[in-house]
Amino acid sequence: MSVILKKTTNPRIAVAIFSLAVTLPLAWLIVQSFARNWRFPALFPPESSWRAWSYLLDSASGVSTALLNSLVIALLVTILAICLALPAARGIALHDFKGKNLVLFLLLLPILSPAIATAIGGHALFLRYGLTDSYLSVILAHLIPTVPYCVLTLTGSFLRFDVNLEAQARTLGASATQVLRFVTLPSIAPGIGVSAVFAFLISWSQYLTTWLIGGGKIVTLPLVLVGFQRSGDETVTAALTLIFLIPTIIFVALTARFWREN
Amino acid sequence: MPSLLVIIVLFGGGLVFALAGSLGFFAPVGESAFTLENFGRIAHDREVRAAFIFTLILTCVSTALSAVGGILLAVWLRRQMQKSAILKTLLQIPLAVPHLAISLILLNLLAPSGIFARIFYAFGLIDAPSDFPILVMDAYGIGICLAYILKETPFIALVVLTILVRVGDEFEQAAQNLGATAWQRFRFVTLPFIAPAVVFSSLIVWVFTFGAFEVPFVLGRSYPTMLAVAANRKFNSTDLTERPEAFALAVLMTIVTTLFVWLYLRFTRNLVEFEKTSIF
Repeated sequence: MSVILKKTTNPRIAVAIFSLAVTLPLAWLIVQSFARNWRFPALFPPESSWRAWSYLLDSASGVSTALLNSLVIALLVTILAICLALPAARGIALHDFKGKNLVLFLLLLPILSPAIATAIGGHALFLRYGLTDSYLSVILAHLIPTVPYCVLTLTGSFLRFDVNLEAQARTLGASATQVLRFVTLPSIAPGIGVSAVFAFLISWSQYLTTWLIGGGKIVTLPLVLVGFQRSGDETVTAALTLIFLIPTIIFVALTARFWREN
Repeated sequence: MPSLLVIIVLFGGGLVFALAGSLGFFAPVGESAFTLENFGRIAHDREVRAAFIFTLILTCVSTALSAVGGILLAVWLRRQMQKSAILKTLLQIPLAVPHLAISLILLNLLAPSGIFARIFYAFGLIDAPSDFPILVMDAYGIGICLAYILKETPFIALVVLTILVRVGDEFEQAAQNLGATAWQRFRFVTLPFIAPAVVFSSLIVWVFTFGAFEVPFVLGRSYPTMLAVAANRKFNSTDLTERPEAFALAVLMTIVTTLFVWLYLRFTRNLVEFEKTSIF
């Protein structure tokens, strides 16, 4: 046993602190979403109410439309981003070519560029071709950060992939589709899963891009959320924030399982 | 590669249009001649100047605090990390929380009549909401800074932890056997190992905070504000002549980002590092 690690402390304290830091805001959101007449200095709400939740379910609030928009856009963006990213990731991981550093540079730039710069430029571009205020333009705009992100994460998967397996399968008589279906895809499946979840979360969280490119006509969850916050309705904002956090919670559950298994 | 095409057409195309707009080719206001006037105008604009200084200070302060916090967290957690999958998951959570969500939560928790103010009141520390320190919508961007520290400290800690676990502690033991104090072990053994990781994760955090929109939009004032919020206001201004200025700001922000991406690539030459940058 090493000298320094002998002082190994029980991880319980750290786990307790972090769990509290995560669960307390969540618990507050839940309580707030059911609260009525909850004003300073009351630590707990005096009355409870289903108002916020029944209002969100009511089609008049526009939340269901926004939720559907967010889901459809994020799903389409995820699928498109993965399909576009797979060949690029494979190329980068398995082949050495001139200008590889330039390609990496081009991939990092859209991920790290401020959303405002990408959105303003994208708006001017789409305006020129009459694409603004449409689902297509919003999806295209969401692809700007997600595609390079997926390329980089999938590159990691392909780096660990033994390409000789494909050749071996071919020698054993497998067709190209069979190789893809039974050899390549299963080995990079975890990478695809991680990239997909990330791409979904990135698209799901976009506020500024959707707002500018969609011209306020394509209404997604973040847009409605800011709207309620601006109107000062804390109860509805809290309830909607909880809905907005569902993909994050699913992501956390998935990574927890991933770490436990590995 | 189709994905490069997407990037070049959508990102590059947008950039070209923004550049053209900033250089005097924005048709809706009747411009069609090359000019650097828009850049001159934003250089003398009071709002932009204030936003520039505000952004620079906030970005540097929150990155520095996140880096220090991340290192401390990593060194503290290192002894407990060995088997704890829960700890690793917990550290990943802030990365997956959208900026908008963390801003909305902080806005309500830290408000003068928020939960923290109520707890202070319950303990008799304050008598009224007005006694509570102004932490959101404040003139110094404390709320914005807090949001970023909460999000980025765990990120830097995770990157540093990866290195610490990989290196092990044999070198520190050797130093200890040779009589090095705890501080000397950290300064001359641990720090040189983690320095590259700290630098490259800090660069990412810096760039992300530099382009921040949602957090200052929700948690900040309209003046002074951060560059992205100022650019957005100019872009949506009813006065269309302000739009070319927004293009100029977008171009300048992209140039700064490009510089940092170049710096980042100089620090991380190998590909494997890229997959660890689970960033939003």
